[in-house]
Amino acid sequence: MTSFRLSDEQRELRDAVRELARERIAPRAAEIDRSAEFPWDLKELLATQDILGLPYPTEYGGLGGDLLTCCLAIEALSAACATTGLILAVHELASLPIVMGGTDQQKARWLPDLAAGRTLIAFALTEAGAGSDAGSIATRAVRDGDDFVLNGTKRFISHGSVADLVTVFAVTDPAGKRNRNLSCFVVERGTAGFSVGRLEHKMGIRGSPTAELMFDDVRIPATNLIGAEGEGFALAMRTFERSRPGIAAQAVGIAQGAVDVAAAYATERVQFGRPIGEFQMVQGLLADMDAATEAARSLLYTACAAIEAGDGDAGRWAAVCKLVAGDAAMRVTTDAVQVLGGYGYLDEFPVERMMRDAKITQLYEGTQQIQRLVVARSLLAAHR
Amino acid sequence: MRIVVLVKPVPDTTGQERLGADLRVDRAASPTVVNANDEYALEAALKLREAAGEGSVTLLSMAPDTAPDTLRKALAMGADAGFLVSDPALAGSDTLSTARVLAAALGRIDHDLVLAGADTSDGGSGTVAAGIAALTGLPYLSYAARIEPDGGSVRVRRISPTGYDLLEAPLPALVVATQALGEPRYPSLKGIMAARSKSIVTWSLADLGIDPSTVGGAVATTRVLRAEAPPPRAATRVIREPAPVAAAQLVEFLAERRLI
Repeated sequence: MTSFRLSDEQRELRDAVRELARERIAPRAAEIDRSAEFPWDLKELLATQDILGLPYPTEYGGLGGDLLTCCLAIEALSAACATTGLILAVHELASLPIVMGGTDQQKARWLPDLAAGRTLIAFALTEAGAGSDAGSIATRAVRDGDDFVLNGTKRFISHGSVADLVTVFAVTDPAGKRNRNLSCFVVERGTAGFSVGRLEHKMGIRGSPTAELMFDDVRIPATNLIGAEGEGFALAMRTFERSRPGIAAQAVGIAQGAVDVAAAYATERVQFGRPIGEFQMVQGLLADMDAATEAARSLLYTACAAIEAGDGDAGRWAAVCKLVAGDAAMRVTTDAVQVLGGYGYLDEFPVERMMRDAKITQLYEGTQQIQRLVVARSLLAAHR
Repeated sequence: MRIVVLVKPVPDTTGQERLGADLRVDRAASPTVVNANDEYALEAALKLREAAGEGSVTLLSMAPDTAPDTLRKALAMGADAGFLVSDPALAGSDTLSTARVLAAALGRIDHDLVLAGADTSDGGSGTVAAGIAALTGLPYLSYAARIEPDGGSVRVRRISPTGYDLLEAPLPALVVATQALGEPRYPSLKGIMAARSKSIVTWSLADLGIDPSTVGGAVATTRVLRAEAPPPRAATRVIREPAPVAAAQLVEFLAERRLI
């Protein structure tokens, strides 16, 4: 069992992101939620402060941060604003196929601008008919000389409308075996035939644009193929091993934000002549919220350490931490609204936003049901 | 241009600050941070270095030996290196001792410009920088709202009750920074990582050739006789209405008292 202990450097980086989140990001969170506009100013802030560079190797201008350090940053940002935490999480998610599967030339071409935050990138796997069942993707890529021609439509793509690059997963071998017939490509914005369709109206993470992406005879050079033909599905799964902890970190951050608001409120709100925090029923809620958040955090950090150490069952670690943290965030934020009572239901307080934001962590990068499937398969395989 | 910035670790102003039995600030009672006004001086120094495209920014501090942890944040903002004067014999030093020690330390660091914050949030005398200038003979340009080096001299806009005075002095010179120079930056993550390998050199009094019996609490020219809590503030009325309503109520409040 790999265990974790934050290094001095990890603590310093986390504290710096936390301070920035408290002073510069938290004051913008309600407005970002209300306007449902992508916070370009905060994306710029994350770039300037090198936060977007965390997941990239140092040779491409990144900080070479390990998985846990990236998660610490996502957690600290998400405690203030889940949309802003997601900027880093999506940036990392969509870059991972290039970082893990790209050639040196491909990395040199795209990673420096991504690490500096000069460009944004989106991850396009999901389709209207291919959500949990990623193997049923219909987008096609057909080889034509030195090019591939892409046709199809992706849906629910975070940052799809603001990204300069998209890692797209498409079927290259329709006759091939399921999960062995996908390939991964980088498509640059502005490529002929590539366009953005509808933007979704969402319950939470409202500042994060979720777009439909349309590929109509999009011709891209074969040099944009990431990894070998047919390796797309495996690359996506390896990506999730490192990106799902990021969503768990977002969930832990949202939960911590809600715990802090609820605890502060309980010391100030007076009913029956005393602060409500002195009533045991409120204490019970707060204690359970705090314990659930801490438990999810501990599991996340342990999972990060195990995955970073090359644990053979990284997929299971990624799934368990996302499963536990997502459920914790949903429960904790719901209880935070309960602690605040009627005020918690109003948008004057941040907990209703946190509750709406928490829900997505149970849905994307694999629903909780898919996480359970991954965990159960791994568990049963180990005992077979 | 070689710039030295005077920085002091001070107790964070969290409201938890306490006086110890000796009526001095109990430094164990609250976390230590870089004095806020010194961060403005440092920001000004970093901007000057960036504008010039060359030069160095060096920190100088006199503080207990725990100071490197605090100075690290100033290094993370972008300073190149730090010098710390730390010696048990310096405990209880008054501003004169402090100025003497820092003046002696300054003599060992190459500099064209020395920047200091307007005052510190703990002691608050605002006299150490002036003392250093007097002891070293450096021209003293205070309350700077703008700093413009020009070859071998520096021009400063000094805030005055009616606007500003334009001062000019040959380099090297000592300039006292104000918040009008601009908000200090947040350390970037690369800055934080780089700061871990930057050098902080610690000097004792012996290193500086200072006789310990000439500094510190025993020879302080000032003594703390008494400490009193400030009188409680009169009842405060806080208006928690939306801005337009609050503004109207505020105007009415002031008008009733014939203050506007």
